[in-house]
Amino acid sequence: MEIDIRKIDEIIERYDKSEESLLAILQDFQHTFRYVPEQGMKRISEVLDIPESKIYGVGTFYKALSLKPVGRHTCKVCTGTACHLKGAHTLTDIIGKELDVEPGETTRDGRFTLQTVNCVGACALAPVVMVDDDDYYEGSSPQDVLKNLRKYK
Amino acid sequence: MTMENRKLQSVAALESYRTKIAESQKNEYPVIYVCGGTPCLAKGSRAVTEAFKKEIESQGLACKVELRHKVTGCQGFCSKGPVVSFGNDTVYLEVKPEHVPEIIEKTVKNAQVIESLGYKDPQTKKRAASFQGIPFYAHQKGMILKDLREIDPLEIDDYIARGGYASLAKAFAMDPEKVIDLVDQSGLRGRGGGGFPAGTKWRSCRAIDSEVRYVLCNGDEGDPGAFMDRSIMEGNPHAVIEGMIVGAWAVGAHHGYAYIRDEYPLAVKVMKKAVEDAAAMGLLGRNILGTGFDFDIKITRGGGAFVCGESSALMRSIEGKVGEPRAKYIRSVEKGLYDLPTVLNNVETWTNVPLIVNNGPKWYRQTGTQGSPGTKVFSLAGKAVNTGLVEVPMGTTIRELVEKVGGGIRSGRKFKAVQTGGPSGGCIPESLADLPIDFDSLSKAGSMMGSGGIIVMDEATCMVDVAKYFISFLAEESCGKCSPCRDGLPRMKQILTDITEGRGKEGDIELLEELCDVLSYGALCGLGSSAPNPVLSTIKYFREEYEAHIRDKRCPAGVCRNLVTFHIDADACTGCTLCAKQCPQECITGERKQAHVIDQSRCIKCGVCRDVCKFDAVRVE
Repeated sequence: MEIDIRKIDEIIERYDKSEESLLAILQDFQHTFRYVPEQGMKRISEVLDIPESKIYGVGTFYKALSLKPVGRHTCKVCTGTACHLKGAHTLTDIIGKELDVEPGETTRDGRFTLQTVNCVGACALAPVVMVDDDDYYEGSSPQDVLKNLRKYK
Repeated sequence: MTMENRKLQSVAALESYRTKIAESQKNEYPVIYVCGGTPCLAKGSRAVTEAFKKEIESQGLACKVELRHKVTGCQGFCSKGPVVSFGNDTVYLEVKPEHVPEIIEKTVKNAQVIESLGYKDPQTKKRAASFQGIPFYAHQKGMILKDLREIDPLEIDDYIARGGYASLAKAFAMDPEKVIDLVDQSGLRGRGGGGFPAGTKWRSCRAIDSEVRYVLCNGDEGDPGAFMDRSIMEGNPHAVIEGMIVGAWAVGAHHGYAYIRDEYPLAVKVMKKAVEDAAAMGLLGRNILGTGFDFDIKITRGGGAFVCGESSALMRSIEGKVGEPRAKYIRSVEKGLYDLPTVLNNVETWTNVPLIVNNGPKWYRQTGTQGSPGTKVFSLAGKAVNTGLVEVPMGTTIRELVEKVGGGIRSGRKFKAVQTGGPSGGCIPESLADLPIDFDSLSKAGSMMGSGGIIVMDEATCMVDVAKYFISFLAEESCGKCSPCRDGLPRMKQILTDITEGRGKEGDIELLEELCDVLSYGALCGLGSSAPNPVLSTIKYFREEYEAHIRDKRCPAGVCRNLVTFHIDADACTGCTLCAKQCPQECITGERKQAHVIDQSRCIKCGVCRDVCKFDAVRVE
């Protein structure tokens, strides 16, 4: 994927030139490019004067960051305790079957990345599926979830 | 008005501003509060909000009278959302857009209560449309959550009108040491899990000789099954900020950070806006309320690592580093963020602070127990009838919480246990349900308070599976720095997996116990040293379940897929076809009104059929 270096600089510019900004910059990369590009990490190293190895360490430690592009939408199946008890495992299987991916993988058309996450804090909806940042679906009827997923292009 | 002249220059200016907005907020009609918490949004509260707006507009009410319509934070009764209330005792559940015209006509214009929109008692079938009349609310005590129902989290004026930031006036008039005395006398203990006395923490931090100190808010609520802090940040962010300002004054800090989980995008947004608004009003930043005191707050988003809820890992993460914890003997109050003295409290703890300063420690101690004063907010989840965000006095028994507030167990099954404290906590069996919920009683029983997730379990919950679930979670989240945790947890996970898949052998239980010992003594941080709790507590109270798996290759709860088969009892089945429709494998067949059959070769043992069957016809063996 071709990454616009100006966009990278634009993101780095938003923050103070200190190590404290590292995680936030990487998160903005993730948000903008749907992954953390290598050029981006190199650029941070130059601008913030942090060794690349350290940036790589942070980039691979946190689950919110990915070194490979994720799909246009992320489908997060919550596997928190309440969801686990109410069948999150089965729900993951069903969604995985529909999208033809395993958890952690991205569909071939780049539409969805399927993830399992630890509790999105909406236990009353358990088992719950979260799509992107704003959409939550109650998963007690898997068929309804699948219907909703089809809305995302 | 420009940003600059919104700044309140003195405590007196804050008070006169408060009177001014309180006056302007008086209305002829009651305010309609539509719950805007995440579960309610998922259940359609946006559509309800739109319907209200439309109806208000079409009736011309919006311009004639100031009928305000607000999306509030969580109102608690998440399983019955969307929740709508009116600032009085009336509350409606499961409101749909088509109910809106009737609500406007009757409730808003004529103060009539529509009982049919209230709570229906499953036993008596009686309806109740008031907070007092609904058992879920009636048995709670709202110190922290009360404001969540009525405050618009995006409007600082709303918070100020209700007495917000009043504690600053009191605190700034006091010597910082005296503020610490107040918190000390109140007996406030950290709500994040450990229950460490907040006053003691603050005093030790203040006592360290240093130019710079920090005050941090832990909003990295990572325990699966816990969403209290999320709801507070999303619903009443200024209360958290106010608590932090008081804390900063008391310990002598000028910089603060709120570390919020990446999985909570709305909480990040709301907290960011609240910090900006508070700064614009002169409640944060330089020379707060003209007192000469400076304090600012930065928001840091977490990166999706559970271990960052641990204090030292959280501080490393704020510094932009990998979130690895360090040994506990180095205390954060001495060497915390950037190795400088730091006070870290969680969201709920900070929210308690303004209450204590405003009302005094004596008032605070009227609620709760001697050792654990105040209330505790819990996220009640799992197999209870009513689930959601609840607040009860410390010392309430588990049974009261599950049966009165929670309304007992769903689908008439038997109450088996509760899990408290997330992955660091344990399971407490029904036989101990009369235990009061406070920091010390729960620890004694082998669990812990944790941050406040309470997961209710029924007889269809396998305790070995629960232990495996938590150990798998922890094995995944272990940061890998120390070997007892890095190597011990995967080994425990393997043993538990073997047991649940029918490969368990004699000696497995003892080996698990031995590994637990190593972890509790040898692990570097709280994540590892408390990791044995889910295993040890389930072995202690449910050993026979482990033995059934190991010796008889049987899962008594009917959960472990390799050890069970599902059958439909032909005599009990009415042929309603519900299970066939819901089966994800489509492997249940049968004619309408005839007994159905499960195709064993394709059954994945997910249990959906058993859950949906209204006639208890699905048997697990």
